[in-house]
Amino acid sequence: MKPQFLVHDEHDNVGVAVADIQAGEKLQGACLENGKQMSIQSKDAIPLGHKVALAAIKKGDGVTKYGVTIGTATQAIEVGSHVHVHNLKTNRW
Amino acid sequence: MGKYKFEGFRRENGTAGARNHVAIIPVDDLSNSAAEGVANLIAGTLPLPHPYGRLQFGADLDLFFDTMIGTGRNPNIAAAVVICIEPKWADKVAEGIAKTGKPVEAFSIERSGDLKTIEKAARAAKSLVQKASELKREQVDLSEIIVSTKCGESDTTSGLASNPTVGRVVEGLLADGSTVLFGETSEITGGEQIVAERMKTPELKKKFMKVFNDYQDFIKAQGVDLLGSQPTEGNIRGGLTTIEEKAMGNVQKIGKAKVDGVLNPAEAPNGKGLFFMDTSSAAAEAVTLFAAGGSITHLFTTGQGNIIGNPVIPVMKLSANPLTVSTMSEHIDVPLEKILTLEQTLDQAADATIDVLLKTLSGRLTSAEVLKHREFVLTKLYRSA
Repeated sequence: MKPQFLVHDEHDNVGVAVADIQAGEKLQGACLENGKQMSIQSKDAIPLGHKVALAAIKKGDGVTKYGVTIGTATQAIEVGSHVHVHNLKTNRW
Repeated sequence: MGKYKFEGFRRENGTAGARNHVAIIPVDDLSNSAAEGVANLIAGTLPLPHPYGRLQFGADLDLFFDTMIGTGRNPNIAAAVVICIEPKWADKVAEGIAKTGKPVEAFSIERSGDLKTIEKAARAAKSLVQKASELKREQVDLSEIIVSTKCGESDTTSGLASNPTVGRVVEGLLADGSTVLFGETSEITGGEQIVAERMKTPELKKKFMKVFNDYQDFIKAQGVDLLGSQPTEGNIRGGLTTIEEKAMGNVQKIGKAKVDGVLNPAEAPNGKGLFFMDTSSAAAEAVTLFAAGGSITHLFTTGQGNIIGNPVIPVMKLSANPLTVSTMSEHIDVPLEKILTLEQTLDQAADATIDVLLKTLSGRLTSAEVLKHREFVLTKLYRSA
Protein backbone atom coordinates (compact mmCIF):
# COMPACT_ATOMS: atom_id res chain seq x y z
CA MET A 1 0.00 0.00 0.00
CA LYS A 2 1.29 3.43 -0.89
CA PRO A 3 -0.35 5.69 1.73
CA GLN A 4 -1.75 9.15 0.95
CA PHE A 5 -1.67 10.14 4.59
CA LEU A 6 0.24 9.18 7.74
CA VAL A 7 -0.64 9.54 11.40
CA HIS A 8 1.93 10.16 14.15
CA ASP A 9 0.10 8.70 17.12
CA GLU A 10 -2.91 6.42 17.56
CA HIS A 11 -4.73 9.11 19.59
CA ASP A 12 -4.48 11.73 16.83
CA ASN A 13 -7.62 13.09 15.16
CA VAL A 14 -5.65 14.46 12.20
CA GLY A 15 -3.26 12.83 9.75
CA VAL A 16 -0.66 14.36 7.41
CA ALA A 17 -1.00 14.16 3.61
CA VAL A 18 2.12 12.58 2.08
CA ALA A 19 0.79 13.21 -1.45
CA ASP A 20 -1.36 15.95 -2.96
CA ILE A 21 -4.96 14.87 -2.31
CA GLN A 22 -8.05 15.78 -4.40
CA ALA A 23 -11.55 16.27 -2.95
CA GLY A 24 -13.61 13.07 -2.96
CA GLU A 25 -10.68 10.64 -3.08
CA LYS A 26 -10.70 7.40 -1.11
CA LEU A 27 -7.56 7.68 0.99
CA GLN A 28 -5.33 5.01 2.47
CA GLY A 29 -3.29 5.84 5.53
CA ALA A 30 -1.37 4.31 8.39
CA CYS A 31 -0.25 5.14 11.91
CA LEU A 32 3.55 5.35 12.18
CA GLU A 33 3.45 4.51 15.89
CA ASN A 34 1.85 1.08 15.53
CA GLY A 35 1.50 0.46 11.78
CA LYS A 36 -2.33 0.35 11.98
CA GLN A 37 -3.92 1.02 8.58
CA MET A 38 -7.01 3.16 7.97
CA SER A 39 -9.12 4.54 5.16
CA ILE A 40 -11.19 7.74 4.82
CA GLN A 41 -12.84 9.80 2.07
CA SER A 42 -11.41 13.28 1.45
CA LYS A 43 -13.83 16.25 1.57
CA ASP A 44 -11.37 18.89 0.35
CA ALA A 45 -8.24 19.14 -1.74
CA ILE A 46 -5.33 18.77 0.70
CA PRO A 47 -1.78 19.70 -0.32
CA LEU A 48 1.15 17.46 0.61
CA GLY A 49 2.27 18.15 4.17
CA HIS A 50 -1.10 19.53 5.25
CA LYS A 51 -3.49 17.95 7.72
CA VAL A 52 -6.65 15.89 7.10
CA ALA A 53 -9.32 15.25 9.77
CA LEU A 54 -9.62 11.57 10.71
CA ALA A 55 -12.70 12.10 12.90
CA ALA A 56 -15.47 14.68 13.19
CA ILE A 57 -14.20 17.50 15.42
CA LYS A 58 -16.70 19.85 17.12
CA LYS A 59 -16.17 23.60 17.30
CA GLY A 60 -14.17 24.28 20.47
CA ASP A 61 -12.72 20.75 20.64
CA GLY A 62 -9.01 20.08 20.68
CA VAL A 63 -7.09 18.95 17.62
CA THR A 64 -4.64 16.18 18.50
CA LYS A 65 -1.39 15.46 16.66
CA TYR A 66 1.70 13.65 18.05
CA GLY A 67 -0.70 12.51 20.79
CA VAL A 68 -0.97 16.06 22.19
CA THR A 69 -3.35 18.99 21.69
CA ILE A 70 -1.94 21.34 19.08
CA GLY A 71 -4.86 23.82 19.15
CA THR A 72 -8.64 24.23 19.09
CA ALA A 73 -11.13 23.85 16.23
CA THR A 74 -12.65 27.27 15.42
CA GLN A 75 -15.53 25.61 13.53
CA ALA A 76 -16.98 22.11 13.17
CA ILE A 77 -14.64 19.93 11.09
CA GLU A 78 -15.93 16.92 9.15
CA VAL A 79 -14.00 13.70 8.53
CA GLY A 80 -11.77 14.10 5.46
CA SER A 81 -11.63 17.91 5.67
CA HIS A 82 -8.53 20.02 5.33
CA VAL A 83 -7.41 21.20 8.80
CA HIS A 84 -5.39 24.40 8.78
CA VAL A 85 -5.44 28.10 9.75
CA HIS A 86 -9.11 28.47 8.60
CA ASN A 87 -10.46 26.02 11.20
CA LEU A 88 -7.66 25.48 13.74
CA LYS A 89 -6.17 28.01 16.15
CA THR A 90 -3.32 27.81 18.64
CA ASN A 91 -4.21 27.70 22.35
CA ARG A 92 -1.24 29.96 23.01
CA TRP A 93 -2.66 33.34 21.98
CA MET B 1 28.63 -1.48 30.53
CA GLY B 2 26.34 -0.46 27.73
CA LYS B 3 25.05 -2.43 24.79
CA TYR B 4 26.80 -0.39 22.07
CA LYS B 5 30.54 -0.17 21.45
CA PHE B 6 32.76 1.55 18.92
CA GLU B 7 36.45 1.91 18.17
CA GLY B 8 37.68 5.26 19.45
CA PHE B 9 40.74 7.16 20.62
CA ARG B 10 41.31 7.19 24.38
CA ARG B 11 42.39 10.58 25.76
CA GLU B 12 44.60 11.47 28.74
CA ASN B 13 41.61 12.40 30.93
CA GLY B 14 39.74 9.17 30.19
CA THR B 15 37.33 10.56 27.60
CA ALA B 16 37.16 9.02 24.13
CA GLY B 17 37.06 10.57 20.67
CA ALA B 18 35.87 9.50 17.25
CA ARG B 19 38.56 11.47 15.42
CA ASN B 20 42.23 12.18 16.07
CA HIS B 21 42.73 15.76 14.93
CA VAL B 22 45.69 18.01 15.67
CA ALA B 23 43.91 21.37 15.76
CA ILE B 24 45.57 24.65 14.85
CA ILE B 25 43.50 27.17 16.81
CA PRO B 26 43.75 30.89 16.07
CA VAL B 27 42.56 32.89 19.09
CA ASP B 28 41.64 35.89 16.93
CA ASP B 29 40.92 36.83 13.33
CA LEU B 30 44.45 38.24 12.96
CA SER B 31 45.94 34.81 13.59
CA ASN B 32 43.92 32.95 10.94
CA SER B 33 46.63 33.50 8.35
CA ALA B 34 49.37 31.96 10.51
CA ALA B 35 47.09 29.07 11.54
CA GLU B 36 46.32 28.31 7.91
CA GLY B 37 50.00 28.71 7.08
CA VAL B 38 50.85 25.96 9.57
CA ALA B 39 48.08 23.74 8.27
CA ASN B 40 49.34 24.19 4.69
CA LEU B 41 52.80 22.99 5.71
CA ILE B 42 51.95 20.12 8.05
CA ALA B 43 49.89 17.11 6.97
CA GLY B 44 47.22 15.92 9.37
CA THR B 45 46.51 19.29 10.96
CA LEU B 46 43.10 20.94 11.18
CA PRO B 47 42.99 24.76 11.14
CA LEU B 48 39.96 26.40 12.78
CA PRO B 49 39.81 29.94 11.33
CA HIS B 50 37.02 32.26 12.52
CA PRO B 51 36.30 36.01 12.36
CA TYR B 52 36.29 36.98 16.07
CA GLY B 53 38.35 37.32 19.24
CA ARG B 54 39.13 41.03 19.26
CA LEU B 55 37.60 43.62 21.61
CA GLN B 56 34.80 41.38 22.78
CA PHE B 57 33.67 42.02 26.35
CA GLY B 58 31.43 40.76 29.13
CA ALA B 59 29.26 37.69 28.54
CA ASP B 60 30.17 37.73 24.84
CA LEU B 61 33.88 37.45 25.66
CA ASP B 62 33.19 34.71 28.23
CA LEU B 63 31.29 32.72 25.61
CA PHE B 64 34.13 33.27 23.15
CA PHE B 65 36.67 31.74 25.55
CA ASP B 66 34.29 28.93 26.57
CA THR B 67 33.83 28.04 22.90
CA MET B 68 37.52 28.19 21.94
CA ILE B 69 38.69 26.28 25.02
CA GLY B 70 35.77 23.82 24.83
CA THR B 71 36.57 23.13 21.18
CA GLY B 72 40.22 22.43 22.02
CA ARG B 73 39.13 20.16 24.86
CA ASN B 74 36.86 18.10 22.58
CA PRO B 75 37.91 14.42 22.72
CA ASN B 76 38.10 14.33 18.90
CA ILE B 77 41.19 16.54 19.21
CA ALA B 78 44.43 14.74 20.11
CA ALA B 79 46.58 17.85 20.48
CA ALA B 80 46.36 21.56 19.78
CA VAL B 81 48.54 24.42 18.60
CA VAL B 82 47.17 27.79 19.74
CA ILE B 83 48.17 30.98 17.91
CA CYS B 84 47.26 34.50 19.03
CA ILE B 85 48.43 37.98 18.16
CA GLU B 86 49.66 38.43 21.76
CA PRO B 87 50.87 35.92 24.38
CA LYS B 88 48.37 36.47 27.21
CA TRP B 89 45.27 35.13 25.51
CA ALA B 90 47.29 32.45 23.69
CA ASP B 91 48.27 31.14 27.12
CA LYS B 92 44.75 31.51 28.52
CA VAL B 93 43.26 29.33 25.76
CA ALA B 94 46.17 26.86 25.81
CA GLU B 95 45.98 26.46 29.60
CA GLY B 96 42.23 25.84 29.43
CA ILE B 97 42.76 23.09 26.88
CA ALA B 98 45.79 21.63 28.67
CA LYS B 99 43.64 20.87 31.76
CA THR B 100 42.50 17.77 29.84
CA GLY B 101 46.10 16.54 29.88
CA LYS B 102 46.40 16.63 26.09
CA PRO B 103 49.50 18.22 24.53
CA VAL B 104 49.01 21.92 23.72
CA GLU B 105 51.51 24.52 22.54
CA ALA B 106 50.92 28.27 22.36
CA PHE B 107 52.48 30.86 20.06
CA SER B 108 52.05 34.60 19.64
CA ILE B 109 52.75 36.76 16.63
CA GLU B 110 53.84 40.10 18.15
CA ARG B 111 57.66 40.47 18.19
CA SER B 112 57.96 37.49 15.78
CA GLY B 113 55.74 38.23 12.77
CA ASP B 114 53.71 35.67 10.85
CA LEU B 115 56.63 33.87 9.21
CA LYS B 116 58.68 33.12 12.30
CA THR B 117 55.49 32.19 14.17
CA ILE B 118 54.48 29.81 11.39
CA GLU B 119 57.91 28.17 11.49
CA LYS B 120 57.86 27.68 15.27
CA ALA B 121 54.24 26.52 15.31
CA ALA B 122 54.79 24.20 12.32
CA ARG B 123 57.72 22.48 14.06
CA ALA B 124 55.52 21.94 17.11
CA ALA B 125 52.62 20.74 14.96
CA LYS B 126 54.86 18.26 13.13
CA SER B 127 55.85 16.53 16.32
CA LEU B 128 52.27 16.61 17.69
CA VAL B 129 50.94 15.04 14.48
CA GLN B 130 53.52 12.27 14.57
CA LYS B 131 52.76 11.57 18.22
CA ALA B 132 49.00 11.54 17.54
CA SER B 133 49.50 9.19 14.61
CA GLU B 134 50.89 6.57 16.99
CA LEU B 135 47.55 6.33 18.80
CA LYS B 136 45.46 3.29 17.95
CA ARG B 137 41.69 3.02 18.13
CA GLU B 138 40.43 0.88 20.99
CA GLN B 139 37.04 -0.36 22.10
CA VAL B 140 34.91 2.33 23.74
CA ASP B 141 31.52 2.00 25.37
CA LEU B 142 28.95 4.30 23.78
CA SER B 143 27.79 5.16 27.30
CA GLU B 144 31.02 7.13 27.79
CA ILE B 145 30.40 9.69 25.07
CA ILE B 146 28.29 12.72 24.27
CA VAL B 147 26.19 12.92 21.10
CA SER B 148 24.22 15.98 19.96
CA THR B 149 21.18 16.46 17.75
CA LYS B 150 19.50 19.29 15.89
CA CYS B 151 17.32 19.63 12.79
CA GLY B 152 17.57 22.15 9.98
CA GLU B 153 15.63 23.10 6.84
CA SER B 154 12.85 21.05 8.39
CA ASP B 155 9.63 20.14 6.63
CA THR B 156 6.74 17.77 7.29
CA THR B 157 8.98 14.78 6.58
CA SER B 158 11.14 15.85 9.55
CA GLY B 159 8.23 15.69 11.99
CA LEU B 160 6.84 12.48 10.45
CA ALA B 161 9.97 10.44 9.97
CA SER B 162 13.52 11.71 10.51
CA ASN B 163 12.92 13.42 13.87
CA PRO B 164 10.99 10.48 15.37
CA THR B 165 13.76 8.17 14.07
CA VAL B 166 16.35 10.23 15.95
CA GLY B 167 13.93 10.28 18.92
CA ARG B 168 14.09 6.50 19.04
CA VAL B 169 17.89 6.58 18.68
CA VAL B 170 18.12 9.12 21.52
CA GLU B 171 15.87 6.97 23.75
CA GLY B 172 18.17 4.02 22.96
CA LEU B 173 21.34 5.99 23.69
CA LEU B 174 19.96 7.30 26.97
CA ALA B 175 18.85 3.80 28.03
CA ASP B 176 22.41 2.68 27.27
CA GLY B 177 23.87 5.40 29.50
CA SER B 178 25.07 7.87 26.86
CA THR B 179 24.73 11.63 27.11
CA VAL B 180 22.76 13.62 24.53
CA LEU B 181 22.66 17.38 23.88
CA PHE B 182 19.89 19.27 22.10
CA GLY B 183 19.00 22.98 21.97
CA GLU B 184 17.52 25.63 19.65
CA THR B 185 16.08 28.16 22.10
CA SER B 186 14.51 30.36 19.40
CA GLU B 187 12.73 27.56 17.53
CA ILE B 188 10.49 26.80 20.47
CA THR B 189 9.09 30.31 20.92
CA GLY B 190 5.43 29.84 21.82
CA GLY B 191 5.98 26.12 22.34
CA GLU B 192 8.32 26.56 25.29
CA GLN B 193 5.80 24.97 27.66
CA ILE B 194 6.07 21.72 25.69
CA VAL B 195 9.84 21.58 26.30
CA ALA B 196 9.40 22.86 29.89
CA GLU B 197 7.11 19.89 30.62
CA ARG B 198 9.98 17.56 29.70
CA MET B 199 12.22 18.85 32.51
CA LYS B 200 12.75 16.22 35.22
CA THR B 201 12.45 18.55 38.22
CA PRO B 202 10.67 21.85 39.03
CA GLU B 203 14.11 23.46 39.52
CA LEU B 204 15.15 22.49 35.99
CA LYS B 205 11.84 23.75 34.63
CA LYS B 206 12.51 27.08 36.31
CA LYS B 207 16.06 27.19 34.95
CA PHE B 208 14.83 26.36 31.46
CA MET B 209 12.12 29.05 31.60
CA LYS B 210 14.73 31.58 32.73
CA VAL B 211 16.93 30.74 29.72
CA PHE B 212 13.92 31.06 27.48
CA ASN B 213 12.65 34.32 29.03
CA ASP B 214 16.13 35.87 28.99
CA TYR B 215 16.25 35.09 25.29
CA GLN B 216 12.83 36.69 24.76
CA ASP B 217 13.93 39.79 26.68
CA PHE B 218 17.08 40.03 24.57
CA ILE B 219 15.02 39.86 21.38
CA LYS B 220 12.58 42.49 22.71
CA ALA B 221 15.52 44.77 23.56
CA GLN B 222 16.33 44.71 19.82
CA GLY B 223 12.86 46.11 19.16
CA VAL B 224 11.49 42.83 17.81
CA ASP B 225 8.72 40.65 19.24
CA LEU B 226 9.13 37.03 18.24
CA LEU B 227 6.07 35.88 20.15
CA GLY B 228 3.44 35.38 17.47
CA SER B 229 6.07 35.08 14.71
CA GLN B 230 5.85 31.30 14.79
CA PRO B 231 5.02 29.31 12.77
CA THR B 232 6.53 31.26 9.88
CA GLU B 233 4.74 31.93 6.59
CA GLY B 234 6.89 29.19 5.03
CA ASN B 235 5.82 26.75 7.74
CA ILE B 236 2.15 27.63 7.15
CA ARG B 237 2.54 27.12 3.41
CA GLY B 238 4.03 23.70 4.19
CA GLY B 239 1.02 22.77 6.33
CA LEU B 240 2.06 23.66 9.87
CA THR B 241 -0.78 25.55 11.59
CA THR B 242 0.18 26.22 15.21
CA ILE B 243 3.31 26.74 17.31
CA GLU B 244 2.39 23.74 19.48
CA GLU B 245 2.48 21.63 16.33
CA LYS B 246 5.84 23.03 15.23
CA ALA B 247 7.39 22.60 18.67
CA MET B 248 6.15 19.00 18.85
CA GLY B 249 7.77 18.24 15.48
CA ASN B 250 11.02 19.63 16.85
CA VAL B 251 10.94 17.71 20.16
CA GLN B 252 10.35 14.43 18.31
CA LYS B 253 14.16 14.34 18.18
CA ILE B 254 14.31 13.55 21.90
CA GLY B 255 11.55 10.98 21.71
CA LYS B 256 9.65 10.69 24.97
CA ALA B 257 12.76 11.34 27.05
CA LYS B 258 12.90 13.71 30.02
CA VAL B 259 15.61 16.34 30.38
CA ASP B 260 18.33 15.96 33.05
CA GLY B 261 19.92 19.38 32.79
CA VAL B 262 19.98 22.84 31.22
CA LEU B 263 23.33 24.11 29.93
CA ASN B 264 24.69 27.52 29.01
CA PRO B 265 26.05 27.81 25.46
CA ALA B 266 29.27 25.73 25.10
CA GLU B 267 28.95 24.38 28.67
CA ALA B 268 29.96 20.74 29.19
CA PRO B 269 27.38 18.60 31.02
CA ASN B 270 28.39 17.63 34.56
CA GLY B 271 26.66 14.28 34.45
CA LYS B 272 24.97 11.78 32.18
CA GLY B 273 21.62 11.96 30.47
CA LEU B 274 19.74 14.39 28.25
CA PHE B 275 20.72 18.07 28.34
CA PHE B 276 19.14 21.16 26.80
CA MET B 277 21.77 23.69 25.73
CA ASP B 278 20.85 27.33 25.14
CA THR B 279 21.80 27.66 21.46
CA SER B 280 20.85 29.53 18.35
CA SER B 281 18.81 27.60 15.80
CA ALA B 282 21.36 28.42 13.10
CA ALA B 283 22.87 25.03 12.31
CA ALA B 284 26.59 25.81 12.28
CA GLU B 285 26.41 27.97 15.43
CA ALA B 286 24.54 25.29 17.35
CA VAL B 287 26.80 22.41 16.26
CA THR B 288 29.91 24.46 17.10
CA LEU B 289 28.50 25.05 20.62
CA PHE B 290 27.58 21.36 21.07
CA ALA B 291 31.13 20.37 20.05
CA ALA B 292 32.55 22.88 22.54
CA GLY B 293 30.32 21.22 25.17
CA GLY B 294 31.94 17.87 24.42
CA SER B 295 29.72 16.24 21.77
CA ILE B 296 31.86 14.00 19.54
CA THR B 297 29.29 13.42 16.82
CA HIS B 298 26.06 15.00 15.68
CA LEU B 299 22.79 13.60 14.33
CA PHE B 300 21.38 16.22 11.97
CA THR B 301 17.93 15.71 10.49
CA THR B 302 16.87 17.71 7.47
CA GLY B 303 13.81 17.96 5.26
CA GLN B 304 14.69 20.34 2.46
CA GLY B 305 18.44 19.67 2.69
CA ASN B 306 20.66 21.62 5.08
CA ILE B 307 24.23 20.58 4.18
CA ILE B 308 26.10 21.71 7.31
CA GLY B 309 29.29 20.07 8.59
CA ASN B 310 31.76 20.78 11.38
CA PRO B 311 35.56 20.53 11.38
CA VAL B 312 35.87 18.86 14.78
CA ILE B 313 32.90 16.49 14.95
CA PRO B 314 31.39 14.31 12.23
CA VAL B 315 27.88 15.52 11.38
CA MET B 316 25.60 12.69 10.20
CA LYS B 317 22.80 13.79 7.92
CA LEU B 318 19.38 12.08 7.97
CA SER B 319 16.51 12.88 5.62
CA ALA B 320 13.14 11.31 4.84
CA ASN B 321 12.26 13.71 2.04
CA PRO B 322 12.42 11.60 -1.15
CA LEU B 323 13.26 14.64 -3.29
CA THR B 324 16.16 15.63 -1.02
CA VAL B 325 17.42 12.05 -0.79
CA SER B 326 17.47 11.73 -4.59
CA THR B 327 18.60 15.22 -5.67
CA MET B 328 21.13 15.77 -2.84
CA SER B 329 22.20 12.18 -2.27
CA GLU B 330 25.87 13.08 -1.71
CA HIS B 331 24.91 14.91 1.50
CA ILE B 332 22.73 12.23 3.10
CA ASP B 333 24.27 9.56 5.35
CA VAL B 334 21.04 7.89 6.40
CA PRO B 335 18.24 8.02 3.80
CA LEU B 336 14.87 7.48 5.48
CA GLU B 337 12.40 8.12 2.65
CA LYS B 338 11.07 4.54 2.83
CA ILE B 339 9.38 5.38 6.14
CA LEU B 340 6.87 7.50 4.21
CA THR B 341 5.94 4.62 1.91
CA LEU B 342 5.70 2.24 4.90
CA GLU B 343 8.57 0.14 3.51
CA GLN B 344 10.58 0.89 6.66
CA THR B 345 9.31 1.22 10.23
CA LEU B 346 10.62 3.85 12.63
CA ASP B 347 12.26 1.08 14.68
CA GLN B 348 14.07 -0.26 11.59
CA ALA B 349 15.12 3.30 10.71
CA ALA B 350 16.49 3.79 14.25
CA ASP B 351 18.50 0.53 13.97
CA ALA B 352 19.91 1.66 10.60
CA THR B 353 20.86 5.03 12.15
CA ILE B 354 22.63 3.43 15.12
CA ASP B 355 24.54 1.20 12.69
CA VAL B 356 25.80 4.25 10.75
CA LEU B 357 26.45 6.09 14.05
CA LEU B 358 28.72 3.31 15.35
CA LYS B 359 30.55 3.12 12.00
CA THR B 360 30.98 6.91 11.98
CA LEU B 361 32.33 6.93 15.52
CA SER B 362 34.75 4.15 14.54
CA GLY B 363 36.19 6.17 11.67
CA ARG B 364 33.81 6.06 8.70
CA LEU B 365 33.76 9.55 7.19
CA THR B 366 30.41 11.32 6.98
CA SER B 367 29.20 12.92 3.77
CA ALA B 368 29.90 16.35 5.27
CA GLU B 369 33.49 15.36 6.11
CA VAL B 370 34.16 13.95 2.65
CA LEU B 371 32.67 17.07 1.05
CA LYS B 372 34.92 19.21 3.31
CA HIS B 373 32.08 20.96 5.15
CA ARG B 374 33.93 22.56 8.06
CA GLU B 375 31.56 25.22 9.32
CA PHE B 376 33.18 26.43 12.54
CA VAL B 377 30.90 29.32 13.50
CA LEU B 378 31.15 31.16 16.80
CA THR B 379 28.03 32.49 18.48
CA LYS B 380 28.34 36.22 19.09
CA LEU B 381 26.00 37.73 21.68
CA TYR B 382 26.48 41.39 20.68
CA ARG B 383 28.90 43.65 18.80
CA SER B 384 32.46 44.18 19.98
CA ALA B 385 33.73 47.34 21.66
